[in-house]
Parts: sequence; C-alpha cells; structure tokens
Amino acid sequence: MAAPLLEVSDLRVHFETEDGLVKAVDGISYTVDRGETLGIVGESGSGKSVSSLTVMGLTRARNAKISGTVRFDGRDLLAASDDDLRQVRGNEIAMIFQDPLSSLHPFYKVGDQIVEAIRSHKDVSKAQAYDRAVEMLGLVGIPEPRNRAGAYPHEFSGGMRQRAMIAMALANDPKLLIADEPTTALDVTVQAQILELIERLQSEFDTAVVVITHDLGVVAEMADEIAVMYAGRIVEEGAADTIFNAPEHPYTWGLLSSIPRMDAPRGDELVPIQGRPPSLIHLPGGCSFHPRCPYVRDAHRRIDPELQPVDGDPRHEVACLLSSGTRRKLWAELEAGVKPADARRDVIEEGAA
Amino acid sequence: MTTNGEAVLEVRDLVKHFPIRQGLLQRQVGAVQAVDGVSFDVLRGETLGIVGESGCGKSTTARLILRLMDPTSGSVKFEGEEIATVKGARLKELRRGMQMIFQDPYSSLNPRKTVGTIISEPFAIHGLATGEGERKRTVQDLMDRVGLNPEHYNRYPHEFSGGQRQRIGVARALALKPKVIVADEPVSALDVSIQAQILNLLRELQNEMGITLIFIAHDLSVVRHMCDRIAVMYLGKVVELATNEQLYAHPRMPYTGALMSAVPVPQPRLAASKKRQILAGDVPSPANPPPACRFHTRCWKAEEICRQQDPPLEPKEGGNVAACHFPLTDAEVLERVPTAKAS
Repeated sequence: MAAPLLEVSDLRVHFETEDGLVKAVDGISYTVDRGETLGIVGESGSGKSVSSLTVMGLTRARNAKISGTVRFDGRDLLAASDDDLRQVRGNEIAMIFQDPLSSLHPFYKVGDQIVEAIRSHKDVSKAQAYDRAVEMLGLVGIPEPRNRAGAYPHEFSGGMRQRAMIAMALANDPKLLIADEPTTALDVTVQAQILELIERLQSEFDTAVVVITHDLGVVAEMADEIAVMYAGRIVEEGAADTIFNAPEHPYTWGLLSSIPRMDAPRGDELVPIQGRPPSLIHLPGGCSFHPRCPYVRDAHRRIDPELQPVDGDPRHEVACLLSSGTRRKLWAELEAGVKPADARRDVIEEGAA
Repeated sequence: MTTNGEAVLEVRDLVKHFPIRQGLLQRQVGAVQAVDGVSFDVLRGETLGIVGESGCGKSTTARLILRLMDPTSGSVKFEGEEIATVKGARLKELRRGMQMIFQDPYSSLNPRKTVGTIISEPFAIHGLATGEGERKRTVQDLMDRVGLNPEHYNRYPHEFSGGQRQRIGVARALALKPKVIVADEPVSALDVSIQAQILNLLRELQNEMGITLIFIAHDLSVVRHMCDRIAVMYLGKVVELATNEQLYAHPRMPYTGALMSAVPVPQPRLAASKKRQILAGDVPSPANPPPACRFHTRCWKAEEICRQQDPPLEPKEGGNVAACHFPLTDAEVLERVPTAKAS
C-alpha cells in the first residue's frame, strides 16, 4: 500500500500561559489516505481545532511548543520553513473555517480574493485566474458567477459566503481539505447543500478531507474514519460504522446517549455525561476521563491508558483500561436501555470477583 | 405532560413589520415582514415548539408574546387578558407570569453582578421577598433546584462554565414562579454533553412545577425530544402546526419534510440509505417575500397555483394543520424522513 497522504505522529502542542502550561494537544497520531474522509469529533477544548491548525502551521506562536511529526506527501511540515509552508498552504492543503465572514476580507471583491489565492501559487495571468475564479464559483453553485464574482462578501448570504470560501479553498485543486466546523453557523437546509457540495467535489477531485466538528450527525454523513478526541488526546478511533454501532470508549457512549436522535423512538430522558471537560492545565491523573466516567475503578485514577487496537479489529483503537470483554458487555447493556448507573454495579462486581 | 386543553396564551393574527427607512427624510420605503399573521394557542402545561431557520420570525414571535416588543397588529391574550396593548403597572404584573431563558449564557448575565444578585433581581424589581435573609434563602433554594452549589451565591458569572451559566439563567427565570417560560434556543450554544443536562433539567422542572414552556429552536432532534406540539415557521408565517407524533411521523408541508430530511442523522447506515431532500437556494429576504405561498421559490412540488394563491392553514391527512396546496403523501415522507411512519 502506498504511504498515506497525511501522517501525523505523536503530535503535541503545548502553550505557555500565565496560568501554566496548556496541553492543548497531547500526543495524537492519525493518517489520512487520498480521497478519504477523516472525522475528528470532540467538545470545545478537546484540541480538535488546534491539532489541525498545527498541521497547517498556524500555531507557530512564540509561546507554543510543538513536537512530533506531520508528514504530508513525503515532507515533514513541522520542520518546514515558513516560506515552504506558504507554498503548501492554500495550494496542496486548503482549509475552510466555521465563520466565512472572518475568513473573507470585507474590502475586496469575492472574485479578486479567489484570484489572489490562485496567483500566489500559480503563474497565470490575471484574466486566466479570474476565469478560474468564476468557474469555481459556478461549480459551488453560486448563480450568475460572472456577476457575483464582482460582489463584496457582505452582499452574500451566509450560505453563499461558505460556498465562496469553499470555491477559494478548492481553486488550486488541493490534495487535502481541512474543514473546521464547516456548517456549524448554517441553517439545516443550507448545511445539507454544503455537505453535499463537499462530497461531490471530493469525489470529482479525489481530495482527502479532514472534517472537524462537534456534530455527530455531520461526521456520520461524511466520514469514513472517525477519531474521538477528549482533553487533547484521541480516545477512540475506527471506521465510522464501528464508532456508531460498536463503540468501546465510555466517552463515546456518553456522547451518543446524550443527543436526542431522529433515528430512534422518542425517549423519555437523555443520559448526559456528568461534570464537564477538564482544564487542560490541570489534567486529572490517570485516565483523563475518569472524573466523568461512570465505570471508573481505583486503578484508573493512577494509570494513563494508551490507544490500543481492540481484539479482532486492528483498525479500531481505544484508550480505556476496562477489558474489551467488559466494554462490549457494557455497550450491549446500554444499547438495551440499561442506565449507566445500573450497568456500573455489574462491572464493579465483576472486578471484585 | 398534563394539559387539560385550556389555552393559557392565545395568539391571533400577530404581525410585526420593521420599517426600512431611506434618504434624507428617512421616508419609509418598505418593511421587513418579520412576523406576518401568526395565530396559535399555547395550552396550559404543554411544551410548544417553534422551529424554523434563521430569519423565519421565531424569536420575534417570542419577543412579541412577552411584549418585549410592540406588535404592528394582532393580539396576544395571556389567561384571557390582552397584553398587546396593556400598559404600565398592569403590564409589569402580567410579566411576572412570563419569563424568558436566552440562548447565549455569556451575554445574558451581567458580568459585574454576583449570581445571588442576578437571581434575586426579579424579586427586587417586583418588590418581593424583601428581607435580606429571606431573599438569600429563596435564591439558594433556587440554585439548589437547578443543580448549582448554593455556596456559590457570591461568585461572578465568569467563574462558571457555559452549562452552569445556563443554569443561572434558568434559576432567574424560575424565581417568580412564572406560568409560562419562553426558552429561545436555550442549548444551542452548549457542548453536546452539557446540552443533555440542561434539556433534562428543563423537563424535570416543568413536570414538577407545571410550567408551560415555549421552546424555540432550530434543531429538529432537540425539538422532537422536548415538545408536545410544534409550529413550523417560514418567512414570518406558521406553515405547519401539529402534535409531535403527527409532525415527525408524517410532515405534510414540503418545507417541514425538507427540514427533517436535512438533519444529519448520527447513524452512518441510515445516512447512506436515506434520500436527502436538498432545497435549492437560500431563504428569500423577509423584506421582499415571494407572493402567494412564500415557499414556492424553493419547493419541489410547486405548481402555478402556488404562485397565485396563498394556501390557508387547514387540517390535512393525519391531523396536521398545514398551509400547502400539494401536501406530502405518505410515500414521499417515508422516502425522506428518518422518523416517518405511515398515517
């Protein structure tokens, strides 16, 4: 098999602040193949955005300590100079953000901004670049693209701005597209349009996509592989179908049972995860999820679990100290409607026996 | 939830137009028709959901119901008494019965006041629980009730997380034991794991205290979880009104169907099999809404009559009340909507 397009290994991003060292990303590894979609899911503060900003070289602040490797198409991006990175960014790797208004310049016309994105990487005339900009705007579904290219961002609706940003991101045929909460600011009907657009363009250009979101529905629709992040680490990773139908990390269970679902009968009560995400300065000892985990045992407060493949599925990795057998039993019980508090008794008894 | 069918709020032909002024003399050249002829009842003890996309008028409707804004025309009756025109002391008295929970727990709490002061503010405004000790006790009871530590009485909002701040907002809304609470997107700013905590809290408090809840949201899975009846709004009008069971089993208005079909479902197997109904384009501007049926510009079932005649809001098959010339059939619903059941 060919080397993956993007290979992140043991990436750490720590920020020195007045309050202490913030371990925003603390040793994550993943790979993305050409044409594949990886979904990174997590709550605010889980490190999902910082990890991808670092891949793009956008966290190179003076107080940032970055270690690990990020190999993209054979090159190490972390070791690359700012100039080399500038060649890659916006060209081979493109990014779309949650808020299109803050990523488009308010004083320049949309078409001209796309022209600039093209001409900073390709040696083409202004007219050629403008034609390409118009073509891209048409491709993402902006009506009358030739006219609209002359409009300012404020003259576009939210959905159109998001499309314009996608047009700009894809103008140079990137090999990798990083989409950070690409539809969070949009209404559902527009969200559906944008998701379909990204999927269509991806299959046309064989672009790899990393989609970062808190929305489990969005990753279920888009991703082939899913990484679940918690407190700066990946706690579970696997094929999308596995993550939704045979998850093995209690945090993933918690996420899945705390959302009301359209694909199941209307339930009486949601099962929230207790407490809230930990501070990244004072991470709990042992498993960082232990203060919120209903299945915690004494050892979990001391031992830090590593991401390890589960029995029988080398693609499915989980960082949890419970045994695979116990996890599967618990998940089966949760699926059958047993409350975590009741399921817990079994585990503790099993542990004592 | 128990409702005895008695309407606690009656909203009739409610209209709110915001004038657009232009030129030196600031002449009115048009109007944003934010809410344009909305009628519904809210029954005692129920949760009524109002859903729709941005700009559909759901938040404006909520503000008109609480009289935080004056309507252009129409009437809102709270327990039989007209509140669209009432003034002064009587308005203040009526407002005691209706409270609001806001979307953003960061901007809806005064950062310079302690939690204790914020939650007791309603008492101060209405001259209740005047003794210092009595007020503190009441506030600490409320804090305990919404899951906050009563010892944090003297802390400031910035010392709390987003979910806890939303609990402060809930406690403030409960302070005067209101009959009606309007919650405007109460969980959309919160993390997934925290959302469930707040949704459970709202349902629990409602069951305990028999509060009537108007729940405004854009997230259809949250609305399905929370609401007994649901009004779907599009460009200032109610286009469908039905019970939870009716609406999710067989939406009749194609717009409702498209909304439900567009919700990403957290199940990859289903996502692959479902037909996604994609609506073309954006919501038109409420300053210049399309004539007749306002949805016809984006509707895949639209025909000539939809451009000519505004469909009345009337009962359709299965009991849903919808404004549509060509309501969805069961077969069309089954193909698109994950919660569909034949009627």
